[in-house]
Amino acid sequence: MSTSPELADVVVVGAGPAGLTAARELRKQGVGSVVVLEREAEAGGIPRHSNHTGYGIRDLRRVMSGPRYARRLATEAVHSGAALRTESMVTGWDDDCTLWVTSPGGRYRMQALAIVLATGARERPRTARMVPGDRPAGVLTTGQLQSLVYAHGRQLGGNAVVVGAELVSWSAVLTLRHAGCRTTLMTTRHARPESYAAFTMAGRSALSVSVATRTSVTRIIGHGQVRAVEIKDLVTGGRRIVPCDVVVFTGDWIPDLELARLRGVEMDVGHRGPVVDSALCTSAEGIFAAGNLIHPVDTADIAALDGSHVAEQVANHLKGQPPRQQGFRITVREPFTWVTPSVIGTPAIAPPRSRVLLWSNEFRALPTIEVSQAGAVICRRRVPWPVSPGRVFRLPWGMFASADPDRGDVVVSLA
Amino acid sequence: MTNEVFDVVVVGGGVVGCAVARELSAYQLSVALIEVKGDVGDGTSKANTAILHTGFDASPGTLESRLVPRGYELLTRYAASTGIPVEGTGAVLVAWSDDELDALPRLRDKAAKNGYQQCELITADAVYARVPTLGAGALGGMTVPDESIICPWTTTLALATDAMTRGASILLRHGLLGVAVGKSVTTLSTSQGEVRCRWVVNAAGLGSDTIDRLFGNDRFTVVPRRGELLVFDKFARQLVDTIVLPVPTSKGKGVLVSPTIYGNVMLGPTSEDRADRGDTSTSEEGFAFLLEKGSRLMPALLDEEVTASYAGLRAATEHSDYVVDLDSAQRYLVLGGIRSTGLTASMALAEHAAQLLQDAGVVMPARIELPEAPRMPSIGEQMTRPFASDQAIDQDSDYGRVVCFCERVTRGEIRDALAGPLPPCDLDGLRRRTRATMGRCQGFYCGAEVDALLSGAAQ
Repeated sequence: MSTSPELADVVVVGAGPAGLTAARELRKQGVGSVVVLEREAEAGGIPRHSNHTGYGIRDLRRVMSGPRYARRLATEAVHSGAALRTESMVTGWDDDCTLWVTSPGGRYRMQALAIVLATGARERPRTARMVPGDRPAGVLTTGQLQSLVYAHGRQLGGNAVVVGAELVSWSAVLTLRHAGCRTTLMTTRHARPESYAAFTMAGRSALSVSVATRTSVTRIIGHGQVRAVEIKDLVTGGRRIVPCDVVVFTGDWIPDLELARLRGVEMDVGHRGPVVDSALCTSAEGIFAAGNLIHPVDTADIAALDGSHVAEQVANHLKGQPPRQQGFRITVREPFTWVTPSVIGTPAIAPPRSRVLLWSNEFRALPTIEVSQAGAVICRRRVPWPVSPGRVFRLPWGMFASADPDRGDVVVSLA
Repeated sequence: MTNEVFDVVVVGGGVVGCAVARELSAYQLSVALIEVKGDVGDGTSKANTAILHTGFDASPGTLESRLVPRGYELLTRYAASTGIPVEGTGAVLVAWSDDELDALPRLRDKAAKNGYQQCELITADAVYARVPTLGAGALGGMTVPDESIICPWTTTLALATDAMTRGASILLRHGLLGVAVGKSVTTLSTSQGEVRCRWVVNAAGLGSDTIDRLFGNDRFTVVPRRGELLVFDKFARQLVDTIVLPVPTSKGKGVLVSPTIYGNVMLGPTSEDRADRGDTSTSEEGFAFLLEKGSRLMPALLDEEVTASYAGLRAATEHSDYVVDLDSAQRYLVLGGIRSTGLTASMALAEHAAQLLQDAGVVMPARIELPEAPRMPSIGEQMTRPFASDQAIDQDSDYGRVVCFCERVTRGEIRDALAGPLPPCDLDGLRRRTRATMGRCQGFYCGAEVDALLSGAAQ
């Protein structure tokens, strides 16, 4: 292409809660031109297809349904003066600060002084989880299920097995019910369901779904359409066949990391998204990341508040504030698998909402958390909320306040 | 049901059957192809290692050793003219034991006997220079510079479309139930009534022995050999840009690592004899075996996500060569036991079949003018795909509407496939024509949209 790239102060990639909020707040910070590129035909991201309430609590201080929340964030971004371009897919990088965009109006390049990646996360499909067996239709992820049912009005009928028992899994159960499909079983590898106990109890009684704990799905059965799944008991090794017409693989999140990785920024081996510092800046100057791309996954309002946080940091960057020196890194010990942010600059600034986010593979009620540096515990605290698989565990930033930027990595572990 | 008596009916719409139907329609013959499924290329032809073989390791003197190099030549040329994606990646055989190292010179000599002179023995250092990500322990290797990767789906579709353009009838969902050989006309009873013809060509792959028995023969049995494969994320593609082959042993060709034409990396296949001809399921054991092999062949590969897994069935028989035989009394030609080399050999098998029919006295003057071969959609990763083509998008904005984000498949391409001469009958068929939903999210984002486009077209 011979024409020169289009210029903007900031390009935000992805019009979900994080991207839309970042765009709105960037405009409020006085940034001149902000362009949001969204590959879908409609802005709003995942909440568009979550037809239940509970959105907007922490960021907008009110409660609304997913689709309303999505529309509201999009409207606010547009009213703030950000340019929102849908059906505009970023397909790669032309150089360090220039993106390739494909849209119905043509293919073009977009160059910016700063780029915010807010591409979100998705569930791993059956193939990435390496579940063997036949390859019939009717094997879905929650994301695909929700867009089938809510965006395309599909009825499914029959019986379903839902793989996973975290919040999103219950959301899948509700969606299935809406589509006339009864969930006969939920399975989880864990010894207890991952979602909040209260919801599980309520869910079990209201939806009469039994949860098979300590099990895994070991085979998909059916030609053409799924007919059954094989479930293995992880304790006894016993296997049984559970008939069903639909299988929904829920949770097991992975960030939509393609653009970050193509740009060559440092990636986190735990959550697989880009490594960010507490300013939400990646290892490349001027390239920021926010939302579930860097913590797969937390709730939509938390992603949105990343957007507010990153907007302030991007604005500072545009004003010429030099990048921070790396102070120290935060690493985790098992059962934690990742932490965000994992780089703390110096002088240190607090992460979004003054919280450090972690993910765990095990359940622990009333955990005692230790933060250590150079072999010494710098903070030890028992917290009144559980560590649980399937949802983000949040620690107050204050627990890291006494870390010394010159003394190396800070380690978070369970006592 | 039709009253027409076809000159030739080809049984089986895999890559070989489609190539034969295309080839025979170049003559003044009326040709029909019957296929039990709702689409061509929906059996063994869709699930294989997708390699365009030089034939370097065939057994010298066999028909296979003659047809594979000829097929390589024909298909390479045909691919260039129709737009079937091909990449000349070359291959390197890697020896991991002294026995394997000792076998390399013999393999090079065998290749030479097969008419392929380009193999070179290389040192372990040279192996690692070519494939730096290879696991530790390689002792040496042999290059096969002309081994290539090809899109098996587009190949079958191009041949079938070409056959149609030349006037052949493609009769889908026609399962062959019985054969009555008459004096001059053979009546085939199918799941959709009778089809009559003078000659029958059996290219039924996994079912070729069953069809052969309908003609009263009992000369070979297909023992499906299942091969499971793992397809890794596109980010793995930077790890390897050539086909990494094991040294063949008596147990088969072993596990290979290969780039795919769609920009991924493939690991496989397993090799396991199966009783069930419909069993293309994958297994825990197969996955465990491949992961163990992969961890030694290319450890970094296992750090990447698995995008897809599948299993294919090779139409192996008790014979070490293809089973090709013409029975002029019954006006019947069998092309059976066409194993994993069938994709490469397909066009040569078709040419050979035409020659055999001619030799048997079938009057088949060549047609003076043939329609142009079809131009296939660019679904290869190395091609300029519509989403990346200014020209395509400027002409038609639907090529700028990306529907499948992971594979960058546009609404225009899906529309074209659905409106094409040989439209898909299901999602798998649409995948084979466009790559839609084939990527790392497997439909998380676009599954519902693709489904809607597909069912919209069906109505």
